[in-house]
Amino acid sequence: MIRAIFAGLASLFLASPVLAAVDIQQVTSPGGIKAWLVEDHSLPFASLELRFRGGASLDAPGKRGEINLMTGLIEEGAGDLDAQGFAAAQETLGAQFGFDVDDDTLSISARFLTKNRAPSLALLKKGLTETRFDQDAIDRVRGQVLSIIQSDAQDPQAMAGNRWASDTFGNHPYGSSQNGTGESLAGLTQADMLDAKARVMARDRLYVAVAGDMTAAELGPLLDDLLGDLPEKGADFPKPPKMTIKGGTTVVDFGSPQSVVVFGQNGIQRDDPDYFAAFILNQIVGGGGFSARLMDEVREKRGLTYGIASYLIDMDLADTWQGSFASANEKVAEAIEVVRFEWRRAATNGVTEAELRDAKTYLTGSYPLRFSGNQKIANILAGMQLQGMTPDYVNTRNAKVEAVTLDDVARVAKRLMVPADLHFVVVGRPVGLK
Amino acid sequence: MKNWLCGTALAAILAPLIAFSARAEDVTTFTLKNGLDVVVLEDHRAPLVVQMVWYRAGSADEARGKSGVAHYLEHLMFKGTKTMAPGELSRVVEANGGSDNAFTSYDYTAYFQSIAADRLPLIMRMEADRMRNLSLTENDWKTERDVIIEERNLRTDSDPGAIFHEQLGAAQYLNHPYGTPIIGWRHEMESLTREDALDWYRLYYAPNDATLVIAGDVTPEQVKALAEEYYGPLEPSPAIKPRHRVTEPPQLAERTLVYQDPRVSQPMLSRSYLAPERNPGDQRTAAALTILAEALGGNGQTSVLGRAMQFGSKTAISTFASYDGTSLDKTTFNLGVVPAEGVTLEAAEAEVDSVLADFLKTGIDKDQLARIKTQIEAADVYSRDSVHGRAMKYGEGLTIGLTIRDIEDWPGILASITGDEVMAAAHLVLDRRASVTGLMERGEEAAQ
Repeated sequence: MIRAIFAGLASLFLASPVLAAVDIQQVTSPGGIKAWLVEDHSLPFASLELRFRGGASLDAPGKRGEINLMTGLIEEGAGDLDAQGFAAAQETLGAQFGFDVDDDTLSISARFLTKNRAPSLALLKKGLTETRFDQDAIDRVRGQVLSIIQSDAQDPQAMAGNRWASDTFGNHPYGSSQNGTGESLAGLTQADMLDAKARVMARDRLYVAVAGDMTAAELGPLLDDLLGDLPEKGADFPKPPKMTIKGGTTVVDFGSPQSVVVFGQNGIQRDDPDYFAAFILNQIVGGGGFSARLMDEVREKRGLTYGIASYLIDMDLADTWQGSFASANEKVAEAIEVVRFEWRRAATNGVTEAELRDAKTYLTGSYPLRFSGNQKIANILAGMQLQGMTPDYVNTRNAKVEAVTLDDVARVAKRLMVPADLHFVVVGRPVGLK
Repeated sequence: MKNWLCGTALAAILAPLIAFSARAEDVTTFTLKNGLDVVVLEDHRAPLVVQMVWYRAGSADEARGKSGVAHYLEHLMFKGTKTMAPGELSRVVEANGGSDNAFTSYDYTAYFQSIAADRLPLIMRMEADRMRNLSLTENDWKTERDVIIEERNLRTDSDPGAIFHEQLGAAQYLNHPYGTPIIGWRHEMESLTREDALDWYRLYYAPNDATLVIAGDVTPEQVKALAEEYYGPLEPSPAIKPRHRVTEPPQLAERTLVYQDPRVSQPMLSRSYLAPERNPGDQRTAAALTILAEALGGNGQTSVLGRAMQFGSKTAISTFASYDGTSLDKTTFNLGVVPAEGVTLEAAEAEVDSVLADFLKTGIDKDQLARIKTQIEAADVYSRDSVHGRAMKYGEGLTIGLTIRDIEDWPGILASITGDEVMAAAHLVLDRRASVTGLMERGEEAAQ
């Protein structure tokens, strides 16, 4: 009875769909650098996001970890400023710069007050173009990375993820940690850092997004000032990996009361006509919310884990479908069986009408809510450009979700989900698994 | 400590006194007849609304022997009511494009949803329903107890650093319940029952023990009407009393503990000192300690510990200092070091003490103080970018007994703190004789 009332209420609200209230402007600088901009002048600051495609996959052979190390050094001294001087200058302006890298992308995030815009961007430019890579900074940051490598070697979640990746991608950069190893980092010099920077931080792979207190007229010239001195061309992108996913279970012994599990199989390309059907399918099977099948079966009904979710991971050169959870050593075998069962059930029977409806209303209803705040908007704009979308995508995306039918989901489930191909990496002392 | 008042009266009295009067314009408060305090934070940039309900009941309010019950009940609150099936609230929120969750701390338990603004009535109706009408079946409570034990496995028992800090916290408080972990001691969690959870629920989950925060694309008039409609009819709990917990005695003996675990990859030194918290009308010492933490161990490149040990002697890989004064009772000031390869924890500790002694003698660098204030001012602007973050700030502050005015005054107080005040706070807190120092190192399997 009550359910019916709520369902009625829900559909009543859904009669007025919310549209993303963002106006994306495409700006081209006098020097030809492109950027996307969403203006919002209600707070006196702006968020700037820069992306360089290629990221840590552009490591030179035998020098795994050098781009990650280089990224950590951008804020460790530039021009006339040493590491401490650069940090103090940033603090004086109240500006916040962040530097991050993964296997596909090097990301730079900046927030700066409108009143300090010019000096903040001048400082960022110094970091990007006059990076010093002093030997003592290299040694210090290398020490930090080595510390992370040691921690990861004892961290069951990192261990499980790294093992799944190395089993799947082998010698390709995707198959090893972007941090590198003690060995690969040992001999790196200032020349290596300069070379690494030139390979990845170039204008032919650059994407720019801005949101906040800035106009299009202001943004244009500022792009040339900030980025015009970067080299025009970077290194060639690597070839796609040969993927090997052997179904079954791999146990990595680790003394802990709980086993950490990473599982996965092949994924689907973002430009596949069935991508949206797969996206909805994953939402129903392994979305992170409490209503997803895996969460319901493994956590809510059986109490076997605190949380479980799966993700379609679309990297530039490979597509996988991965999930993870952790269960007590005595319970993990049962939890894995439940995951396999759910994979089979969805592959065989697809999903229900109600599940499809709820997933659609969730995905279409939550999409506009993502565009709240300068930082989130700038991030989304950068991500959209990396994925080759046009600004119009924000207005067409929900229609693509709506268009997916029950048959589409059943078809893609049958095609994509191969229970026998699921590879589980288990780190712990699982009972009853080998 | 529920001493903030409502309404238009409050706004009228405070308006001339608030340093950042412009900031207060989009904040409205009122109280329903049943005692529910309501705060409305307007932000019309996106068609989004956040609802949070904060209960003035956290793990530090638990009876001895029932550790973990506050958090356990938080989980059980998703199990349905007399009119909602288990999991229905989350399912309906998701089907409407929203998301929801909850969290438990020492001083509070809070529930929140984020959803399109036109769906506010839906989530207010469901949140109000579970404030008084929770229902638990025989199956639900046992399965959920397994889930919280898995959560403890994940967050604590699988992570030597988390076990270490749990032990450190327990060693810091001889008498006050902040020494008991929020998630609970495992052996006590294992014996929690449905009745334990329901006793907790019946005592604390009522409008007169809660603060409702609605933030986003809404108007106070809308919220007032909806709050009256959905929360207005709920009965208050007659048993709610002001919170008075046992007091921590002065620390007279320095404490040291050593934690060894074969899973430790990186040895670490972590120290805590008892420290005063933010109090209504009395936040200057807490503000000075906030700046002190930033000065000693905020940014590795510019902080006192970072400059001395990461750059000077190169004996540390990282250094940190932290302090959060948003607490009902006496809190802690923490600092620590991850030593560089080949540096023993004993050597690192000796160096930390000598760096601190120097700092207490020399005082805070003027330029550094100015830079920290600039950063705090900027961070305050940036923080307004997040609707959720603003709702957190008000909900948490009010729930630990601060007033709207205290919360609004906080950035101005931070900006007005002098170097002398920072050093006075440093001398007050940084007394090794009243500290707990923990050393974590690789070693034998911990005794189980």
